[in-house]
Amino acid sequence: MGRTNPVAAVKDAALAALVAFGLFAMMVGLRTEIGPEGALVLRQRWGDVAILCGLVFLGRLLLTLWLGRRRVAASTKPGRWTARLQQAGRLFAPAMLAVALTLPVLSGGDRYILDLGILVLTYVMLGWGLNIVVGLAGLLDLGYVAFYGIGAYSYALLATEFGLSFWLCLPLAGILAAFWGVLLGFPVLRLRGDYLAIVTLAFGEIIRVVLLNWVSLTGGPNGIAGIPRPSFFGLPFSAAGGEGSFAGFFGLEPSPSHRVIFLYYLILGLALLTNWVTIRLRRQPLGRAWEALREDEIACRALGINVTVTKLSAFAIGAMFGGFAGAFFATRQAFVSPESFTFIESAIILAIVVLGGLGSQVGVAVAALVMIGGFEVFRDLGDYRMLVFGGAMVVIMVLRPRGLVGTRTPSIALGEKRAISGELVGEGHG
Amino acid sequence: MLLQVQDVTMRFGGLTAVDRVTFAAAAGQITALIGPNGAGKTTLFNCITGFYRPSGGAILLHPPGAETGAAPVALHRLAGHRIARAGVARTFQNIRLFPGMTALENLLVAQHNALMATTGWGIGAVLGLSRYPAAERAAVEKAKQWLQATQLLDRADDPAGALPYGAQRRLEIARAMCTSPDGPALLCLDEPAAGLNPRESEELAKLLLQIRAGGTSILLIEHDMGVVMRISDRVVVLDHGQRIADGPPAEVRADPRVIAAYLGEEEVE
Repeated sequence: MGRTNPVAAVKDAALAALVAFGLFAMMVGLRTEIGPEGALVLRQRWGDVAILCGLVFLGRLLLTLWLGRRRVAASTKPGRWTARLQQAGRLFAPAMLAVALTLPVLSGGDRYILDLGILVLTYVMLGWGLNIVVGLAGLLDLGYVAFYGIGAYSYALLATEFGLSFWLCLPLAGILAAFWGVLLGFPVLRLRGDYLAIVTLAFGEIIRVVLLNWVSLTGGPNGIAGIPRPSFFGLPFSAAGGEGSFAGFFGLEPSPSHRVIFLYYLILGLALLTNWVTIRLRRQPLGRAWEALREDEIACRALGINVTVTKLSAFAIGAMFGGFAGAFFATRQAFVSPESFTFIESAIILAIVVLGGLGSQVGVAVAALVMIGGFEVFRDLGDYRMLVFGGAMVVIMVLRPRGLVGTRTPSIALGEKRAISGELVGEGHG
Repeated sequence: MLLQVQDVTMRFGGLTAVDRVTFAAAAGQITALIGPNGAGKTTLFNCITGFYRPSGGAILLHPPGAETGAAPVALHRLAGHRIARAGVARTFQNIRLFPGMTALENLLVAQHNALMATTGWGIGAVLGLSRYPAAERAAVEKAKQWLQATQLLDRADDPAGALPYGAQRRLEIARAMCTSPDGPALLCLDEPAAGLNPRESEELAKLLLQIRAGGTSILLIEHDMGVVMRISDRVVVLDHGQRIADGPPAEVRADPRVIAAYLGEEEVE
């Protein structure tokens, strides 16, 4: 980049300000309010608009003069960003794990932060689960929330109808979800890409509609309430304390935060289990076969890989972790209803996986933190929250079109493992 | 006798791409399948390797290890992925590697079935309770051996998609050779010399002779007549879906019908 022409820079900044004016004139400049007589009046706030446009003008001008005029170009080449991120990445994952492990201490038992942590970790787990299906096996699944719902209802029904404990229901919920994963997998084996996406989308909706309408089993729109809370290996968390309770057994002051902390570590453990299994499977024939399937299905068949079994195993294992997360959700909320398992949940989980980078464990965790945690942080912005959110997604996709971590790390190497540029890695055909 | 193709016919709607073709590939030999464009070579190949199910006829494989009198494997009835397990490996006319995976990973994916058997349905290996680590070391050794044979050892950790064209062709052959523990019984190559320069073709010919010496028979589709005539033990010529010649290279080269098929009918008259 040579020296920037100041005239061009001013012209460019003016253009940016013009675009900003077009946006803000409607969103900020005009506002309808209830007038003194109860009628709607239009309040004009051109001063605010002028300030915003001025900020955009100055910001763009400084940016252009500082960086030189550069075209924003979508590129998949590993830039200086990638190299630096990879360097940081080696320290980043352990650091994040350390923060996650010590969060209850760091937050000083703050209920809000712990609840937010539980929410973020639930989505991290769901993201990691879906990453197996979408990121590794390259099967675009838009109905992942169905397995989350199946897990939640499995636990809710088994616990309320048969009084089974959480630790027994957890594997059962996973198995049931995996079973449905296989059941969904069979009819869609031959479908690819858009067609697969549509069928999985429909599957997600079918499950929700069944939950909504099978009133005798699921309670319909009223959901299932009074789901037992988890106990600490048989010791319930009761506010009263006493002999048989968690606080009484360990001689602690009874506190409602014990249960929250327990739930936090429970979901952390489940998420880490998902991560551990995925990382191990990636280094093994099954995981490599998934990735090979994403790269080229026909070549897989020529090498004697049973494509059917491999695809079904990806669906089943991904669904199983969705089921675990669902069981956790049910026990945390003590209440489930079909409203929690709408399509938007599937979309958010898929957005986390795509934004994080298909197949990348760290990327998915960061994306979940940004999407779920960030969304909460901007709660004070009210209606502008969606704007910030959408803007952030656009920025990420422009700067890093293959997700936050767009490269692939080889599962094995003779020498040093070198990241593989995203442009070589397949995205799967469904 | 290794592979018997008997009266194989392949129709696509009204079009007969392969019309009652019969030939045999002998064990320990390189059999070339040649013919003008559109003669049905690749279609026949796809029938042998299970990508198409022939409309008629039989494809029988006599595995070299089996005792005499044992029933041959009917390839035309096997599911696609079972053909590789029966000992028939293939490469593709347009290279089909796993571009985002390293050369080494490509060769490990090829050994999927052997490795998967040692993992106890994948569960044992996740828990670290299986024979998997030893099996993986053996698989890496085998991969290294083939990377060495194809002069790719120094590119083992490079993604397959970033390799030069000639290297990708060699890697695809190495990958096919890794599909069976002792090398496949039959290696089917679809135009392996396409797009190679003369020096690379020369090296390819050497590699194929080396593979034949290792006990793997080869079925070869090729347009590069220099390579075909030099290394093949037997040449089968197809034209318009029909077999028009079958014999040693020198004999086939002199066959007027083959010359006619390649150069046009007028030349014969």
